[in-house]
Amino acid sequence: MIAIDRLSIRQGAFALRDISLEVPTGKYGVLMGKTGAGKTSILEAVAGLRAIVGGKIRLGARVVTHLEPGDRGLGYVPQDGALFRTMTVYNHLAFALTLRGVDRKTIDGRVTELADWLGITHLLRRRPAGLSGGEAQRVALGRAMSFRPQYLLLDEPLSSLDETTRGSMVDLLDGLRKGGDVTVLHVTHSRAEAERLADVRFRLDDGRVVKE
Amino acid sequence: MTAAGSTARFYLALALIGGSYVVLILAMLIADLFYTTEDAFWAAFRSPEIRYAIRLSLVSCFVTTLLSLWVAVPLGYLLSRTRFYGQTVLDTFLDIPIVLPPLVIGLSLLILLQTRPGKWIEDLTQHQMGFLLTYIALPVVIAIGSWPLLRRLPSRAEGLLYLPVVAAVVAIVLRFSGLGASIEPRLQDRFGTRITFEIPSVILAQFAVSCAFAVRTMRVTFDQISPRAEQVALTLGCTRSQAFWAVSLPEAWRGLVTAASIAWARALGEFGPILIFSGATRMRTEVLSTTVWLELSVGHLEAAIAVSLLMVVVAIVVLLLMRGFGLRGGAM
Repeated sequence: MIAIDRLSIRQGAFALRDISLEVPTGKYGVLMGKTGAGKTSILEAVAGLRAIVGGKIRLGARVVTHLEPGDRGLGYVPQDGALFRTMTVYNHLAFALTLRGVDRKTIDGRVTELADWLGITHLLRRRPAGLSGGEAQRVALGRAMSFRPQYLLLDEPLSSLDETTRGSMVDLLDGLRKGGDVTVLHVTHSRAEAERLADVRFRLDDGRVVKE
Repeated sequence: MTAAGSTARFYLALALIGGSYVVLILAMLIADLFYTTEDAFWAAFRSPEIRYAIRLSLVSCFVTTLLSLWVAVPLGYLLSRTRFYGQTVLDTFLDIPIVLPPLVIGLSLLILLQTRPGKWIEDLTQHQMGFLLTYIALPVVIAIGSWPLLRRLPSRAEGLLYLPVVAAVVAIVLRFSGLGASIEPRLQDRFGTRITFEIPSVILAQFAVSCAFAVRTMRVTFDQISPRAEQVALTLGCTRSQAFWAVSLPEAWRGLVTAASIAWARALGEFGPILIFSGATRMRTEVLSTTVWLELSVGHLEAAIAVSLLMVVVAIVVLLLMRGFGLRGGAM
């Protein structure tokens, strides 16, 4: 479960107050809202990347409000993918496991498994500069899922993709949803995406979150 | 007018304006080349004083570059990634070495070393250098050198504990085994020195100016790197420092090479502060820039020009090597 309880965020003139939402365990939650409404800020707060003024964030039974991002056990895919420019695709997929001291053989196995799932086996030796937008988003998704997190945060992962690429990426995310192993909070301004993927839908309007 | 024709004219206009500067540089070098003779050039190169100046220039510029990067990387990163009270004032302070006349920097360093803390530091480097190197620097180097024995990336707690403990054990072993007592006088003889008017003053004078340029370059470099990738690294389990070392620093590689090139080039050309703070003593604090001045002051114009050309050659070779290796490294 991803639960946000009366979350307040302030940055300069921008502020969100008393935001609450809950995505049940294993479900795919989609948060919709206009550009600039604060969707990304909420996601960053859940990831531990944005300081909050008040409120509580829970992932399953754990209250993670004041934990470091790395201790929250969640995967995060930002809007632009934010790939590591000097690393190969292989290194991206192996990064989190290397940090955890996993042995080389297990890492190789996991990277192969992820690359097969994402259809990027032929890209493993490439660097981000040589990837298309769709390929980059797949690598970002693989990197976020590499250490098998129970929670996944997606920040408009499809917004910069063309129609065809978006279709295949939606299929991937739909597969993730059907698997039910991961609790997802996906932020988007696209109603079509929400209708296709969401188990639970929320709308952020004028600083208030409404369940649809 | 066709689109291709318009583009060609535009680029031609830019090339003409920019090219005039390139022509000026080439013209100066060619004029120097014609003013001196091949014999004067080789005579300068064979002179022991000038060979010493070349050696000291290369070594001091190398050390200055390392020190500049050592400071510029963390400072540039801090200025780029954080906002804090007094940041504008700090920013202005960092520009002081860039805008001040170089002579004033040299004078300020000289005055600094005449203050009570300055004299204390100079006394330390002159009389206690053997002790500092034997019981502090050597144990720290051994502790860092033995780090790979852990055969993995150490955790934060291990890092905080490992270095001081190993360094302390090495220092105790050195002290009570008698090994330290035999090393200390040798290191004192070899490295115990004043700062003012000695080689350390050359490096300090170069560093005082070069570092400001390196800091500016590193700040712009980090400004251009999105912090987003680093944030993702944090969610993947990195600590702040791991994210910096694994993600941001490799991405800043080209900026690092540029900062090193600028710091090195600036150090090579430094003259005013060295003259005031280090003097221009032959075979002691003479670097290539002071050689030009020394040769000029005794009327050896040909030798001065020969040394200037030597500086151009040395600068081109080192900068090309630095950029060649550096940019290849950046394409990792």
